[in-house]
Amino acid sequence: MSLFDKFQPIADIQADLQALGIMPFGAVTEKLLSSTEAIVNGHKVILAGTNNYLGLTFEPECLEAAKNAIDELGTGTTGSRMANGTFAGHVALEKELAEFFDRKRSIVFSTGYAATMGMGSTLAGPGDVIVLDADSHASIYDGVRLGGADVIRFRHNDPADLDKRLRRLGDRIDNTLIIVEGIYSMMGDQAPLAEIAEVKRKYGGLLLVDEAHSLGMLGDHGRGVAEAAGVEDDVDFVVGTFSKSLGSIGGYCVSNHDQLDAIRFAIRAYIFTASPSPSVIASTRAALRLMQERPYLRDQLWANAQHLYDGLKALGLQVSPEVSPVVAVTIKNRNQAIDWWNRLLQRGAYVNLVMPPASPTEDSLLRCSVSAAHSAEQIDRIIEAFANVQNTPVAN
Amino acid sequence: MPDYNEYLERIFDVLKPFAKQGILLNEESELVTELGLTSLQVMELIEQLEDHFDMSIPLNILPDIRTVHDLAQALEKLNP
Repeated sequence: MSLFDKFQPIADIQADLQALGIMPFGAVTEKLLSSTEAIVNGHKVILAGTNNYLGLTFEPECLEAAKNAIDELGTGTTGSRMANGTFAGHVALEKELAEFFDRKRSIVFSTGYAATMGMGSTLAGPGDVIVLDADSHASIYDGVRLGGADVIRFRHNDPADLDKRLRRLGDRIDNTLIIVEGIYSMMGDQAPLAEIAEVKRKYGGLLLVDEAHSLGMLGDHGRGVAEAAGVEDDVDFVVGTFSKSLGSIGGYCVSNHDQLDAIRFAIRAYIFTASPSPSVIASTRAALRLMQERPYLRDQLWANAQHLYDGLKALGLQVSPEVSPVVAVTIKNRNQAIDWWNRLLQRGAYVNLVMPPASPTEDSLLRCSVSAAHSAEQIDRIIEAFANVQNTPVAN
Repeated sequence: MPDYNEYLERIFDVLKPFAKQGILLNEESELVTELGLTSLQVMELIEQLEDHFDMSIPLNILPDIRTVHDLAQALEKLNP
């Protein structure tokens, strides 16, 4: 036995794929041609597997803001927010986020992972309880495990199951944190947040919602599922990321609880990491502004989502349960999923290959995502690539 | 409250459809290495036990659970 033995199953899969000449988890984007096209592993492709939902990664305002920040402030802060890493831009972004979400307090983190992991590990500790949706993101699971609270899962998107689990807690509800996501990253399905909020009102506890995949997509202002469901007052903490609809990297938490100012200095994922570089903060601020100025991007995004969903469904593929900017195609057989992923790439469509345990079930997924920047013609080409792969024999 | 044997009996009932065919279940059966349960199946097992006994089973107990006996003992401890 050695420390390395446990990695052997991963090495075996890698070797199988290498023998086939397929590297789905090491695909290299060699050149970006636009926010929707690139050269990946030598193939010119339409990017149908990014999280660039609003297509803002090449917006001139964002590029210019980032370039100016580099010229004026340098390439990095070289320190944590608590030490030398708080620049005026970080403070300004926190203020702008609080205003956008109409909340009193906000914290900016270096990544979305740090935001969810940090909040999950800090808000509830030993003796406390966390009740989370079974399909929660790995960053949430990692955080709650680190925090040491008792962790209880409820069945995915099932408010009645949540009700049952909160009832069983009795008095422990007073120190319970409920965690759900707005839109789930793998299948693109939305949380039934109105019903979940109702259960929370019935029993108590605090509610944290991860709007990583819903920021800029839902609600009159683009604040996410909580806004769309009309239950923002029931949500105690909203966390999310800048690396999807805002096209940069970083994370945030916003809240009306004044205690967030103290909590900030207890979050190790905030304290013991370097703060986001000035260019990242500058482009994020520009993107946040553009997202508010251009609500039509949301309409374009949903039109594209409907287009792709309808097209893939018409091919008879097993698509996600509801229309969403994330359209997942379930492929039961792992080798078939790998084969399809590879041939889609060759036919000009880059999608995400997701295999267990990253997928929510024992099945594999070809996870597609759309952007507001995709043209209708590009969506047609993605659908065509699937049709082509579906109608040609499986490669050996 | 149920005793150890009641937990054990129920765990056997729930495990039957999950466990690999031909493997005889006993107290020392190892859930993952012997019975071949995937992480999703372990979660399903926990959820079914929670519902049957109307109790909460925190995931935190899982790292210490290897066998059916470990699980029955942990449930007894959680629900004394």
